Amino acid sequence: MPDIQLNVENIQSFYGDFQALHGVSLELRKGEVLSLIGANGAGKSTLLRSICGLVTARSGTITWNGQDITRLPASRIVGLGISMVPEGRRLFPSLSVQENLVIGGQAGRAGPWNLKAVYDLFPVLAERRHTPSTSLSGGQQQMVAIGRALMSNPELILLDELSLGLAPIIVKDIYAQLPRITGNGMSAILVEQDVTRALSAAGQFICMQEGRVSLSGEPGHFTRDQISAAYFGT
Amino acid sequence: MDWINAIVQGVLVGGLYALFAAGLSLIFGVMRLVNIAHGDLIVLAAFIALMIVEGTGLHPLASLAVVVPLMAVFGYVLQRGILNRTLGKDILPPLLVTFGLSVILQNGLLEIFTADSRKLDAGTLETASFPVAGGMAIGVLPLLMFASAVAVIAGLQFLFYRTALGRAFRATSDDREIAQLMGLDNKQVYAFAMAISLGVVAIAGVFLAIRSNFDPSIGPGRLIFGFEAVIIGGLGNLWGTLAGGVILGVAQGIGAQINPGWQLLAGHLAFLIVLAIRPKGLFPRIEG
Repeated sequence: MPDIQLNVENIQSFYGDFQALHGVSLELRKGEVLSLIGANGAGKSTLLRSICGLVTARSGTITWNGQDITRLPASRIVGLGISMVPEGRRLFPSLSVQENLVIGGQAGRAGPWNLKAVYDLFPVLAERRHTPSTSLSGGQQQMVAIGRALMSNPELILLDELSLGLAPIIVKDIYAQLPRITGNGMSAILVEQDVTRALSAAGQFICMQEGRVSLSGEPGHFTRDQISAAYFGT
Repeated sequence: MDWINAIVQGVLVGGLYALFAAGLSLIFGVMRLVNIAHGDLIVLAAFIALMIVEGTGLHPLASLAVVVPLMAVFGYVLQRGILNRTLGKDILPPLLVTFGLSVILQNGLLEIFTADSRKLDAGTLETASFPVAGGMAIGVLPLLMFASAVAVIAGLQFLFYRTALGRAFRATSDDREIAQLMGLDNKQVYAFAMAISLGVVAIAGVFLAIRSNFDPSIGPGRLIFGFEAVIIGGLGNLWGTLAGGVILGVAQGIGAQINPGWQLLAGHLAFLIVLAIRPKGLFPRIEG
């Protein structure tokens, strides 16, 4: 494929001696939204962490826009256009809402996302901009985490469990904004516990099981039973 | 009047203790590293100043223009070359390595400068004073020391809360993993923090050397004063550190007024009382 943006080839990643990924591959084209589904411990988060550089794959390669980024540190990868919304939001508690956003833009990439654009996307944050990030509700914190990732003007955004710990109504609101985020050609990889939501938000999906890919393709091409077999390994 | 005098002098010398403490506090705040060599680095800065003053005839305060950048560069190299390798989940390796550094510094200085007591000669500045009400006099040097401490604390406060570097310090301190996702290289952030810490150490070292005699063995004692000021004031609160230094200085002043032999003891007692009553210090950082 000529327009492959991200190519993960057969990577193996470890936490200490524990092997979390046993040879995982994926391809992502520019502008594509990919969902990663799978049970807890299937390796979804590890895959995201390997792509953004927080975990260095022990073997295999990760190629981004033709460049090998397998061994680059996370602090360099964000400058190349991959940013992540981490599981559990992980805002900086001693920074205000606005400082959390500003520090997200520190990578200094040019593009449409800036403070104003984030405040347009999530107007409630503009009112709370000078409050400590810890004083916000969970949903508002998730908005800050998304805004913080957008501030670096990424070409690919990694979204790890956006709905974790949030009320369904808030999750719905946040997902409603997703097309505005990916609308201008940004690619996304989405990790989500809610399989229905994950599959409806994405054009492609990968189902993982015990550190391996058990099924992948377009959601419409598979029956519910096929997906659930790949999910549970039955 | 003697009592008021003791308290006023204690407040002023508290500024010096705050200078000892500020760099220590900064490093602990940013990277959870307890720098056991901090006191010896203060003494190292004093000896560097001594060499410069004796070699060039510069006024001790003018030597700051050389000692501060020199120590800052040393801090940067020290962090990148050695200390970054010791940082991890376990807090013991950095403790052991800085302890080793402390031993090396003390013995290295002893080898080069011998155990003789030395002092920086600041000329008339040392004895200059101006009278205030009630026959009391305030020395220009202690006042200058205190003003420097206030300026350093205010400068650090500004750096921490108003600049991009300060934002990077706080973010890295909060969550070093996620800070990397913001494009912040931890090792670089830590090296800058150590550079600034040792810049402050240089100021403390020069004032220490003007104020009193020093020799290669006094580092650990300065470390204790620094620690006590940090703990009394509350970890992670810069103005609290200044208050901690002042409380320590005043306690020592009052102790010395009662009995000259009680000066140090009174300081330690004040520290122990605060630790017993308010283990988090008098002004702990507000956790969100």
